[in-house]
Amino acid sequence: MKRQSMVILLNENYHVCTGCALLCDDIEVITDGKKITEVKTACRKGVSRMKGCNEPMSPTVDGQQVDIDVAISAAANILKNSKSPLIFGLGNSTDGAQKKAIELAKQVGAVLDDTSSFCQGPTLEAIFNDRIKSCTLDDVRNKADVIVYWGADPSNSHPRHLSKFSYFPRGQERQRGWEEDRTMITIDIRKSHTAKISGDKFYQIPLQMDAEFIDALIDALSGKVPKVSFEFDPKRILELANILKKAKFGTIFVGLGLVYSLADMEPVVRLMDKLNEVSNFHLIPMVGHYNMRGFNQNLFNETGYLNRVKFEKGNSTDVQHGAEFSIVESLNNKTVDAALIIGTDPLSSLPRSVAEHLLDIPVITIDPCETFTSRKAKVTIPSALSGVECGGSAVRMDGEEVKFEPIIDVKDQTIRPSDEEILARIMEAL
Amino acid sequence: MGAAHNYEKVRTMANAMEIYKLLPKTNCKECGKSTCMAFAVSLLSRELTVDDCPPLKEDKLKANYGKLSDLITPAQGASESGMIVHEDKCFGCGNCVVACPVNVADDPHGAGIGRAPTSDKVILRVKDGIVRTSNVQECRRFGKDKILCNGCIVTCPTEAIEFV
Repeated sequence: MKRQSMVILLNENYHVCTGCALLCDDIEVITDGKKITEVKTACRKGVSRMKGCNEPMSPTVDGQQVDIDVAISAAANILKNSKSPLIFGLGNSTDGAQKKAIELAKQVGAVLDDTSSFCQGPTLEAIFNDRIKSCTLDDVRNKADVIVYWGADPSNSHPRHLSKFSYFPRGQERQRGWEEDRTMITIDIRKSHTAKISGDKFYQIPLQMDAEFIDALIDALSGKVPKVSFEFDPKRILELANILKKAKFGTIFVGLGLVYSLADMEPVVRLMDKLNEVSNFHLIPMVGHYNMRGFNQNLFNETGYLNRVKFEKGNSTDVQHGAEFSIVESLNNKTVDAALIIGTDPLSSLPRSVAEHLLDIPVITIDPCETFTSRKAKVTIPSALSGVECGGSAVRMDGEEVKFEPIIDVKDQTIRPSDEEILARIMEAL
Repeated sequence: MGAAHNYEKVRTMANAMEIYKLLPKTNCKECGKSTCMAFAVSLLSRELTVDDCPPLKEDKLKANYGKLSDLITPAQGASESGMIVHEDKCFGCGNCVVACPVNVADDPHGAGIGRAPTSDKVILRVKDGIVRTSNVQECRRFGKDKILCNGCIVTCPTEAIEFV
């Protein structure tokens, strides 16, 4: 799929929040010149990101504090001596940094992957290959009358999702407000905060039963009697199918709850095909990190794959793709001998049995804040907090590009270099 | 945790009947209201205070005077329209900001379409990740012609907003 050309322009008083993939662009801040002291309109998640780290990271090599140039050359050395390095992360980096990381991966012949390989990768792959119809969040605000959250709890993961885009705002074709103009449905295994707002439109299903529920829903949409192996009133499935059928502009927001429950995206593709036969439905993945979709799009534009690739050293056209190049498999099979981790914390987010290999190989972390991974890393390089200390562009969860300027004065000498600059300097040192 | 939560709810959501039960129930009219039930409602809306009921200060009802004061105390942190925001529960999603009918009417191209409020008249806005109130006299639950609007309560995922 081609990247959407529309660029969202900023009001000059407003800043962009990089707390999550909603990239809210209506944030006002008050600064004391060096730090943000007050944030207006952003949610608590955004405020905590914009106000900076509790524990900023310092440049270190083997646990000893060093000059940042020393740390960068130590990082270059590790990559130079590695036969098969892993470059992982970049969900919290700007487009510029991601493109630089792809170049670096080509230069050193690295395995390149991001969190999407165990996150929304399958959903995005289906959208990029035009197997599933998608739309923008602005379309949802202006047109959507039926909104479905499936395995997602935006009240906690993307707090402003309901108020800024989906359920509560008035839109061009939805002028009468949420009570009259919109229906919100939540399908989940537990009564989440979001499910609570759905009221009687909350459909609670047992763990791992999403595929079966999808098939029952497809049956109901086809006019058959839906059957499921667990206790669930078929009348309620028919009622749900009726709401979906009558939708003028429906959108399904797919959360990790649904992605993790399915072996592949086929059931979702089937459901979307059926829904578009009888109605008009779109799908948007609930992407977490603010620019994870940007990484997938940048890599897809470059190679035709959105994650899990391996480049051949010095040969920029030779690229391999497969499950064995995901971070999980690379660490499990111990096929990588060094790791460059950018803006993420795999030691915290991956199971111990998988992440353990990271303790045996030299690890370089580039991050503004100290993380569990950075504490165990051989080399740490502190970077600027993107969206606050450096500008750039990022891709919102719906594929829209959002540009942003730094909020703090970048001429300040104490500000750390951006991810992009650090990666460029590592490439120079190589 | 559930029990603690319920306890808090009882503390903050005193209703007129609970208050009435603790009053003398003699309809003596000394407070200026025609019945004790009317006094309970006035107490709830903070039009009158516990001290406005003289019989409550007599020895016989002293214990009830203490209980009533306790029951009304949580409401003292509330705004003039009776709104209480539990800051520890709010995570700044802004559902209430966008759903509030007064915000929509005063700021149709800001809060009304889900964006940052652009008018000074709005009642609710999010600052530092927590919803704050201003212009409470504009709230539909305020003043003589008030109605029991619940736009901000039913849209809150965490029950962070309550009215007394």
